[in-house]
Amino acid sequence: MSIIEKPVTPKPRKPWAATPVDRAKTGGIVLAALAVSFVFVAVTPMSGKLAYAAIFCLAYLVIDFVVSFVKAGRPAAVDSFFRGLVTTAIVIAVMPIVSILVTVWVRGHKGLHWTLFTKDMHSNSFTDPIGQGGLLHAIIGTFLLVFFAMIISVPIGILTALYLTEIRGKFTRPIEFLVQAMSGVPSIVAGLFIYAAILIPFTKTVNGFQGSLALAILMIPTVARTSQEVLKLIPSDLREAGVALGGTQWRSVALVVVPAARSGLITAMILGVARVAGETAPILLLTGGSGTKNYNIFNGSLGSLPNYVWQAFAAGTPESIARAWAGILVLLVIVVILFTAARILGNRKVGKK
Amino acid sequence: MTIESEDNQGDEMETTASKGSLSDIAAARLQKQPGNSALGVGLEARGVHAWFGEKHALANVSLDFWPGTVTALIGPSGCGKSTFLRTLNRMHEFIPTAAMAGEVLLNGEDIYAAGVDVTKIRLKVGMVFQKPNPFPSMTIAENVLAGLKLAQLKTENKDDLLEECLERAGLWAEVKDRLNTHGGALSGGQQQRLCIARALAVRPQVLLMDEPCSALDPGSTLRIEETISQLSSSVTIVIVTHNMQQAARVSDYTAFFLSDGGPGQMIEVGSTNEIFSRPKDERTENYVTGRFG
Repeated sequence: MSIIEKPVTPKPRKPWAATPVDRAKTGGIVLAALAVSFVFVAVTPMSGKLAYAAIFCLAYLVIDFVVSFVKAGRPAAVDSFFRGLVTTAIVIAVMPIVSILVTVWVRGHKGLHWTLFTKDMHSNSFTDPIGQGGLLHAIIGTFLLVFFAMIISVPIGILTALYLTEIRGKFTRPIEFLVQAMSGVPSIVAGLFIYAAILIPFTKTVNGFQGSLALAILMIPTVARTSQEVLKLIPSDLREAGVALGGTQWRSVALVVVPAARSGLITAMILGVARVAGETAPILLLTGGSGTKNYNIFNGSLGSLPNYVWQAFAAGTPESIARAWAGILVLLVIVVILFTAARILGNRKVGKK
Repeated sequence: MTIESEDNQGDEMETTASKGSLSDIAAARLQKQPGNSALGVGLEARGVHAWFGEKHALANVSLDFWPGTVTALIGPSGCGKSTFLRTLNRMHEFIPTAAMAGEVLLNGEDIYAAGVDVTKIRLKVGMVFQKPNPFPSMTIAENVLAGLKLAQLKTENKDDLLEECLERAGLWAEVKDRLNTHGGALSGGQQQRLCIARALAVRPQVLLMDEPCSALDPGSTLRIEETISQLSSSVTIVIVTHNMQQAARVSDYTAFFLSDGGPGQMIEVGSTNEIFSRPKDERTENYVTGRFG
């Protein structure tokens, strides 16, 4: 009684974490599955990396199921099986993406050279050695195309979404349906539409703005649909509160609903850009593929990254193919930079919750 | 406590006890006299009906709200009290299928008359919602002053108005050092008081409160009730509540709504003291004594 015990703070621990025995068990199952896959490949006519991977996944699922069944019974075994199945599915889903990124880097980095960002191709051909000429013109062209497509499609897309969620007029249903249908339009159709509606009757020649128009057609449904989903998430309480304070519907939407949805709307914009940045078919039809820098989107042939890649591949020499892969790498990096920038802008100064 | 009454310790005991306490609470309030003319003539509902599509939700409610008083609307869920509240500042029409009949007179003029600017009506008849809903993209200060922006009103001194509204809503002391942080970081009760401050900033004549405390803990509820008591001298308040103790504590008048499966109706209205101690209608008595609902 006289001894005053010092209060001891217990060490935090995680009793639910995997024990060494559990880890050993998982390791064992993995090894067993590996062994099974090797045996199968050795004794059956199947061969190749894909066979190893497929048999490994199947074997893992089966062995894991059996082990869990024996140790913990049917419910645990089924639980374990589906966990394995979901993990396998995500691996299969991510594999192509990772594969694309790795391939683009492995093949593309050889073609990288600082002149890519400082020179254009007006006095070089694709078959010249790396280091002569570059894709500055294509980067400028892609930026112009995407920028103007954005200027056209983002207002139209967001206003469409506002009509669908805020005004909810008589035409909401048909417009919603049209927007959904439009998001499935193949890019070549958008290209041909502008070709037939503008290039043939009016301009009779290629220019960048026609490409932007075609890209805008492809962007609008993406922007509208994503914005609509985002605006739907804004609680109707906020709209009511805005109106209950004596605001008109327009002011309530502009001052309360849209700012509350800001980061989501920026995401919608990015998704739209991602949809069209690498789009090739309409570009080939409408903008031409000049190798010279062209800052005027309304006049003259405009080079772009997809077009550069297409031309370089078509040239067929090792140098030109290296250039093509480098072009793809640059396009990918630009899209990633745009994503990151827009994310940072979108999250800035938006309150918690 | 005698043995007999302990044997009898059932519903009856509890209801008499709660009835006694409710009427005591209500009686303890100083009954205000209607007719504080500085606040205008007041708000009067005349034969108000409401529909949602084919569903007749509210039938023939006539009710006067005296300036400078607190009126509580009580009744079980689905009895039309929130619907009635929302007809008073034309928020009812926010629901696409909604329809209504009757008149709501604000200072003697029908707010549903042709040519009435609905935004002006909502400036005079403000609203606080069930769930605290500060604007997430705005700071505390911007939230309070949001009404000015939304309604495009001018004010000479925004800082004074900001302090005054937060003070009246009982929030100034807690937030004065972080006016430029976001409202989402406040507790639920603080958020609700922020919403009250926001509603006060456009200087409404009437403040409608739709179960303002139902999402809050008892401590925050108490703070809101204090705020209501302090406000009641300058603003006419109509409050919908499921909490009968709350109705007894904060209101001068109480109206009891009930639906018998058909449209909701107002069964009885009277001074809160009367409704909780000697209601005229049996159904009111059953409800306030807790026999049903």
